[in-house]
Amino acid sequence: MSSNIEEAKKIIAEVLEVYPEKARKKREKHLGVFEDGKADCGVKSNIKTIPGVMTIRGCAYAGSKGVVWGPIKDMIHISHGPVGCGQYSWAARRNYYIGTTGVDSFGTMQFTSDFQEKDIVFGGDKKLEKIMDEIEELFPLNKGITVQSECPIGLIGDDIEAVSKKKSKEFGGKTIVPVRCEGFRGVSQSLGHHIANDTIRDWVFDKQTEKKTDGTPYDVAIIGDYNIGGDAWSSRILLEEMGLRVVAQWSGDGTIEELANTPSVKLNILHCYRSMNYISRHMEEKYGIPWVEYNFFGPSKIAESLRKIAGFFDETIKENAEKVIAKYEALTRATLEKFRPRLLGKTVMLFVGGLRPRHVIGAYEDLGMNVIGTGYEFGHNDDYQRTTHYVKDGTIIYDDVTGYEFEKFVEALKPDLVASGIKEKYVFQKMGYPFRQMHSWDYSGPYHGYDGFAIFARDMDMAINNPVWQMAKSPF
Amino acid sequence: MSQNPKHVLDHFNLFREPEYVEMFENKKKNFENPHPQEKVSEIIEWTKTQEYRDLNFRREALTVNPAKACQPLGAVFAALGFEETLPFVHGSQGCVAYYRSHLSRHFKEPTSCVSSSMTEDAAVFGGLNNMIDGLANAYAMYKPKMIAVSTTCMAEVIGDDLNAFIKNAKEKGSVPQEFDVPFAHTPAFVGSHITGYDNALKGIMEHFWAGRERSANETVNVVMGFDGYSVGNIRELKRIFKELGIDAIVLSDVSDVFDTPTDGTFRMYMGGTRLSDIKKALDSKATVSLQEYNTQKSLEYAAHLGQKTLTFNYPVGVRATDRFLSELSRLTGKAVPESLKLERGRLVDAVADSTSHIHGKKFALYGDPDQMMGLSEFLMELGAEPVHVLSTNGGKDWEEKMNALFASSPFGAGCHAWPGKDLWHMRSLLFTEPVDFLIGNTYGKYLERDTGTPLIRIGFPIFDRHHHHRYPTVGYQGAMNVLVKILDKIFDEMDKNTNAVAKTDYSYDIIR
Repeated sequence: MSSNIEEAKKIIAEVLEVYPEKARKKREKHLGVFEDGKADCGVKSNIKTIPGVMTIRGCAYAGSKGVVWGPIKDMIHISHGPVGCGQYSWAARRNYYIGTTGVDSFGTMQFTSDFQEKDIVFGGDKKLEKIMDEIEELFPLNKGITVQSECPIGLIGDDIEAVSKKKSKEFGGKTIVPVRCEGFRGVSQSLGHHIANDTIRDWVFDKQTEKKTDGTPYDVAIIGDYNIGGDAWSSRILLEEMGLRVVAQWSGDGTIEELANTPSVKLNILHCYRSMNYISRHMEEKYGIPWVEYNFFGPSKIAESLRKIAGFFDETIKENAEKVIAKYEALTRATLEKFRPRLLGKTVMLFVGGLRPRHVIGAYEDLGMNVIGTGYEFGHNDDYQRTTHYVKDGTIIYDDVTGYEFEKFVEALKPDLVASGIKEKYVFQKMGYPFRQMHSWDYSGPYHGYDGFAIFARDMDMAINNPVWQMAKSPF
Repeated sequence: MSQNPKHVLDHFNLFREPEYVEMFENKKKNFENPHPQEKVSEIIEWTKTQEYRDLNFRREALTVNPAKACQPLGAVFAALGFEETLPFVHGSQGCVAYYRSHLSRHFKEPTSCVSSSMTEDAAVFGGLNNMIDGLANAYAMYKPKMIAVSTTCMAEVIGDDLNAFIKNAKEKGSVPQEFDVPFAHTPAFVGSHITGYDNALKGIMEHFWAGRERSANETVNVVMGFDGYSVGNIRELKRIFKELGIDAIVLSDVSDVFDTPTDGTFRMYMGGTRLSDIKKALDSKATVSLQEYNTQKSLEYAAHLGQKTLTFNYPVGVRATDRFLSELSRLTGKAVPESLKLERGRLVDAVADSTSHIHGKKFALYGDPDQMMGLSEFLMELGAEPVHVLSTNGGKDWEEKMNALFASSPFGAGCHAWPGKDLWHMRSLLFTEPVDFLIGNTYGKYLERDTGTPLIRIGFPIFDRHHHHRYPTVGYQGAMNVLVKILDKIFDEMDKNTNAVAKTDYSYDIIR
């Protein structure tokens, strides 16, 4: 066993000392060190968070409204329950879209049933019906409605399915989707993704009477890209350049039409496996559409992914993929020439959700940086298995990390950059660590694709080589 | 290909490049099945009409773009203002992730708070075990001096009893018997964030005050209430009380909590009302609240224990601050010192210098009820008209008070208070009865974009401008800051509207 593995294990043991015994026994299963050749990262995942520890996780509502459904721009997503959930998630995720907000697009609006005590006592179904009527009247160009359940809905026995069916019929078959994503369900955002995926299956696909057949042999759908800072756009452009026809974006800058048309594609290409593998598997089983995971962070993974995607198509597409890679070679070279020398050998600790705890590692490595710690907010075992292809021997792995653990790990490993979320940002900046938010791209982006990589490289340089960090320590 | 590492194109410019513009057009045309542009234009125009406004105001069930948050946010905010206090929210964990993100996005500071992480089994069996384990873990890991418990709607719907649960947890040894664990039930489906602030503060007051003998002294307790400018305002209040020579205890002092330095150390706890002070505060002569609607239960409780209470409505401006100081002076017998009189004179001087640019301008504003009263009164002092004043979490009583305030000034004629309405209502108001400027939080930028009404950012949350929370908005100094914010926008607009060369440039004045 190498000394850095020993060292990392010692750090974990020390951090665990803070916990009462019951909590320690649970937490120690979530902390591990990757050892070369192992099939997984040696951590348990997708388990209930221990109370009181300051988890970074969110809830099922966040997974459905915030991630999967929210970006579908031409539908109205009702945050059904008290006012807060919709308020705190209002336009916060930077799912870019183009549209006339309030008229034919609704992505950066907060529609809520604003539950009052009487709605809890007497139930909210009548109110929900009325809400849908008012939506139809005031927002006549909406293409559908989803009901994003907040905690009380499932506890008070409301029948949002009945309301949705009734109103859909009344509105001439309009898509109305009841989503049982109450925040107490499951252990994190993850179940919310799954529930939301299932509702697309049940309330969009299964309601369709005719299957679209006007496709081409080159039709694909981008699955699991939320267009944060425009990510899906800087990805789409590459796919189009290699001759593919992108029929749908799930769900960044997406529309109900695109969702509905996806069963006609030839290949689903899946970026965020965690949040949308469910619907991809379903489309494979039901419609025989293969799916392939890809990674558009950093030139190495982009090229690998373009070739992998092209592998599903004919020689023309394969040749086109090579042309696309060649086209962007100069940009990549110039980007690396400028930023790599400034970042070479720098270390990074990550803690993010979805796909990023593994997917961004390649982009950092393209810049000569090393990821020395990583973990998932709501990953499952299959995520950690996939992570083994990315991480190096001795990388410290922390699942559902607590505020305390993360702070201690960073103190012990002293990375050159911490990359995580808004709740972590200011903690580490106070400690004098360069930091980038890796959920919102710290209000930058896109980071996907070749165009995005230039921004990514610039941002990491801007964080790490920023003069402010030299001033953090007072001279007095 | 337009990207260039020498001058990296951000999303601002990258997506305006021709290859992207073309891609967007094709996506829309070929895959989105969009409504015809004529239809979209028709609806855009329709939403600007009186007919649409009437329909919009007939809404009974749907809320669109509200200007309020839920109780637990206010409870967490209030709890954070006490010495080494960890807020502990009993219920679903996602809520806590939201409060922490929300506060951090506004203050650009860490927000420490834990959840009892209740899930489906707790929904069935109750969250007692979550409370027992949660308190034990939080206490062991984060070593707080106090854990202040509040609830989410989940815990409230299933009816968890905090008093019994905390007792039970203490018996199980989660925290020592004598360890302070105040609590408040804060259902998200009642009131708003200001209600939650009130409930949490009252819970803390009760925890330290109930059952104790009171022996009155000359100290005055001060409560700022839920306020995005707390860092600046609480420091300003402390300064004012010092100038007045009054010993004051700020109840929930978040001024240092949300303003920690970057010097290599993360301070999970910094500042806050000392626990010894909150104990002592029972003996204070009075409790003074800067936001009446934000602190009703807490003040009732203080009054019930024999304290005098004074309430204000976010005193910004000359007369509101005059009343604030006069009443404090009357309460304590301390004269208003020369230094504050001088500040008052400077504020009046500034108003006199600038008033001609503000006089007669029409404003729309929205936010918490007390803040709306304070700002409306100040606008009228400046000779401006607060035409639409909207408060999603304001009620009937607030509306009456606003009407009385409008009636007190000629500049209030024709002005209207809108309790319980949201920003989609405001959109209709701005189209059908346009004003010159809009005052509100960051979300007002959508109204600015749709209606062309320039937005002056005063409120909570402010996510897209930095550091304004550091500057006070109450008192004479606060009024000065608010005045400058308003003036800057007015002048910027003037310049923006007069800078067309050979067209409007004659008014593009160098001296204004």
